[in-house]
Amino acid sequence: MLQGWVIASVSFAYLGVLFAIAYFGDKRADAGRSVIANPTIYALSLAVYCTTWTFYGSVGRAASTGIGFLPIYLGPTLMAGLWWFVMLKIIRISKANRITSIADFVSSRYGKSQLLGGLVTVIAVVGIVPYISLQLKAVSNSFTILLHYPEIVMPARAEALPLLQDSALYIALILAAFTILFGTRHLDATERHEGMVAAIAFESLVKLVAFIAVGAFVTFGIYNGFGDIFDRAEVVPKLKALMTVADTGASYGGWWSLTFLSMLSIMFLPRQFQISVVENVNERHLARAIWLFPLYLLLINIFVLPIAIGGMLHFSDGSVDADTFVLTLPMAEKQEALALLVYIGGLSAGTGMVIVETIALSTMVCNDLVMPVLLRWKALRLHEERDLSGLLLSIRRWAIAVILLLGYVYFRAAGEAYALVGIGLISFAAVAQFAPAIIGGIYWKGGTRRGAMAGLIAGFAVWTYTLLLPSFAKSGWLSLDFISEGLFGIGLLKPQQLFGLTGLGEIPHSLFWSMLANIGCYVAFSLRTRPDVVEASQGTLFVDVFRNTEGAAGSRFWRGSAQVQDLLPLIGRFLGPERARDAFLAYARRRGLASIDVLEANADLVHFAETLLAGAIGGASARVMVASVVKEEPLGLDEVMNILDEASQVRAYSKQLEQKSRELEAATAELRAANERLKELDRMKDDFMSTVTHELRTPLTSIRAFSEILLEDPKTDLSDRRKFLAIIVKETERLTRLINQVLDMAKIESGNAEWHTADVDLHEVIEESIAATSSLFSDRRVALDMTLAGAVPKVRADRDRLIQVMLNLLSNAVKFCEEEAGRVTVRLGVEGSTVRVDVADNGPGISEADQPYIFEKFRQVGDTMTAKPQGTGLGLPISRQIIEHFGGRLWVKSSPGQGAIFSFSLPMNREANEHQEERKAK
Amino acid sequence: MTKRILIVDDEPNIVVSLEFLMKREGFDVAVAADGEAALKAVEEKRPDLVLLDIMLPKKNGFEVCQTIRANPEWQAVKIVMLTAKGRDTEVAKGTALGADAYMTKPFSTKDLIAQVRQMLDVV
Repeated sequence: MLQGWVIASVSFAYLGVLFAIAYFGDKRADAGRSVIANPTIYALSLAVYCTTWTFYGSVGRAASTGIGFLPIYLGPTLMAGLWWFVMLKIIRISKANRITSIADFVSSRYGKSQLLGGLVTVIAVVGIVPYISLQLKAVSNSFTILLHYPEIVMPARAEALPLLQDSALYIALILAAFTILFGTRHLDATERHEGMVAAIAFESLVKLVAFIAVGAFVTFGIYNGFGDIFDRAEVVPKLKALMTVADTGASYGGWWSLTFLSMLSIMFLPRQFQISVVENVNERHLARAIWLFPLYLLLINIFVLPIAIGGMLHFSDGSVDADTFVLTLPMAEKQEALALLVYIGGLSAGTGMVIVETIALSTMVCNDLVMPVLLRWKALRLHEERDLSGLLLSIRRWAIAVILLLGYVYFRAAGEAYALVGIGLISFAAVAQFAPAIIGGIYWKGGTRRGAMAGLIAGFAVWTYTLLLPSFAKSGWLSLDFISEGLFGIGLLKPQQLFGLTGLGEIPHSLFWSMLANIGCYVAFSLRTRPDVVEASQGTLFVDVFRNTEGAAGSRFWRGSAQVQDLLPLIGRFLGPERARDAFLAYARRRGLASIDVLEANADLVHFAETLLAGAIGGASARVMVASVVKEEPLGLDEVMNILDEASQVRAYSKQLEQKSRELEAATAELRAANERLKELDRMKDDFMSTVTHELRTPLTSIRAFSEILLEDPKTDLSDRRKFLAIIVKETERLTRLINQVLDMAKIESGNAEWHTADVDLHEVIEESIAATSSLFSDRRVALDMTLAGAVPKVRADRDRLIQVMLNLLSNAVKFCEEEAGRVTVRLGVEGSTVRVDVADNGPGISEADQPYIFEKFRQVGDTMTAKPQGTGLGLPISRQIIEHFGGRLWVKSSPGQGAIFSFSLPMNREANEHQEERKAK
Repeated sequence: MTKRILIVDDEPNIVVSLEFLMKREGFDVAVAADGEAALKAVEEKRPDLVLLDIMLPKKNGFEVCQTIRANPEWQAVKIVMLTAKGRDTEVAKGTALGADAYMTKPFSTKDLIAQVRQMLDVV
């Protein structure tokens, strides 16, 4: 049933489905409705990490080293936790700087260096080619095995097959064609391939489903669950060993280095960088990927060990390669459909890797390797070409084809020397060389281009010497002596035991030395060289990406001028005139301008053009191209530093300024308030003066008038004469009283009054003042009562002044009482820590509204009265001032018709009283 | 015909002096101690001249002056403002409100008599 043509057509059908998904995805992307703007799809697409290595190779490794297959998946799981810091930063930087590949990232960080970009590209290509050949090998093997169904036959060694009968060749060619169709239909300014991402997410699902299907089949179909399998394994000692971690130092070293390697690979494999950074739609998708991706890894690895053990139990004679258990077990059980599904799963895993990896690599080769060379090659006069987009596309297509063929070549020449896993690890070790330059680049502004170059070269050299060359030797291209004897026969230069470091597996050994050389040179050279202008500014942009505001950051460090008329055709040459025009128009609209022609020729525009171009040909080349059109005024390093310094100075200065202005505001507010108060006081003084003069003039009027009358007519009536003279006298008295009180008030208020403070007994004060007002009382026939407490503590006050207060209160009380019926009560007592005096009358009382007024100068309550009240209106205010001067209170309690009680209280003089008590006691 | 004078002031002693003076001159005298009483008195028996103080309870002198002037029947009534307030602003206000003369206290009795006589066309 499973004939060749069935398998082939199913394969093509599957590839067709992938292509359809990709096409659909791209169409939707062009229409602006992206299908991949979904965090789950993002997380699934990351599973392109799992290639045929995962699909076939894990079981193979598990069969020989038990759970030693795990570190490759532990690494990414651990790394996922750190993604929120590291990956987020890388994504943010890449978006801000329109990074299109890992070579672009490194070159952009270190001053847009084309040389560095080229170096990274070379390392990537050399490192990844073996990995690609691994995929070819796996897919072709699986095809061959399935072809021989129902027999289980291991594929012949590759060298044995004649070229044209080698299915791997055809697979390579088909994949090349497929990838070219997939990824190079047009040039995208952002280097995004939304369709590809959708297809990759789909194939991640397919391989997961296939693996779980075969796993479930083996575990529950062939055997009776996990328990059953492990029980049977216990019985066989060789298998039992698989389930434990060996206790040797080497194996620990192996674990750590493998975990570390895979932590780096999940970020720096070109396909991973492409998918996780360049193709990222929304950095917030990272949040879901952090847990979904490890979950995927867990699911796809659950059945690895059962399948391995199951295979070992089933094919106990060891004739079947463990790598093929996933396929051969269902075949052995005559499960055709399942076997076909597994084959498709493996095909899916392989094609996914190949597509993304070769697209990523071809982008790098085109932008960072070929284009810089071509652009410099004056003979080609490329800068005069109208439209270079076609050229770019064909370069990429050729790159894809070449890379795949290289993969095939490696597969034929060296593929059999290693199990699948071994090859893969060599590639991991190669991309690990990017780690110091990249991680250093995003956290350390001191990393320089020379440092990065030195590190990369050193690390790559060590990697070549300790891993790549030995792999050639083991494949028979180089003499094996070189491994066993060392270069030129020097024992210390043995590639797998450099400088006598033994006991490590070849991967940990290589990792150790290459990282040492890489990091050492990176740090040393960076410390010894100064970054130039562009490096410094790029360094700041990268390391401080979370601090910089969007957009304007990049153009700060650039000075120059370029006209739109020059830039537009330049961009058009690479992106196509249509797309260039659209992009510029969008840029103009964003700035609120109607058309392209009014765009200002400033640093922002140039930066925009450069970024746009970088999407097509990489940052370094874009810079060169734009520079050719633009008249740049180069900024010296000092100027850049000055700009940076200025910026921080300006910030500090503006903070100072803010603070000063706030203080100024506060001071102004205070001044305004003080001014208001002064004006108020001035007004009050004016009022006071006006009122006083009025009050003084009134008695004077009577005095003068009557004096003149008497003077004029000597023959005035005697009774009139008497009357008038009496008035004159009274008014004179009134005048004198008034003047005295005004002066008194003025003195007290201005603090110039004389106070004769002594211990005063309030009894005496009250008695004296009553005696002084007795005639008032008798004249109006008002009764007076006294309720005086016995011994009352003395108060510290001015005696005469207190008498003045009492006189005022008593005379007021009498004045406002009715004649005959009036009654005034005086009370003296102790209240708390004060001595209190009340003067109560049964007069008309004072309304609540009027109560505050009576204590104001010159105010007299007279509405209820028929006659104008006698008095100056200063009595109560002065009394209050006096009482308050000695720390007391003067207040009134009254309601209309209920009379009024004027009270004052003064603090007791504790000391004097205590002394007196003591003296009494003695 | 005997001229009638209305004295409006809340100071009793001043009222006494003015009353004496006016009576000595042979005028009829009426007295009011506050603004409302003053207007009432004008209504009851229209005077020929009003000696008007400004600082009065209930209604002040300015208001009284304004009210009198507002009434066309009382156009002939002469108003002499007599007050201790002597600032320029007050004088201007009084004149603007329609007072015929403005005298400050303390006043000279001779001057007052002369002013009243002149206003009432009495020799």
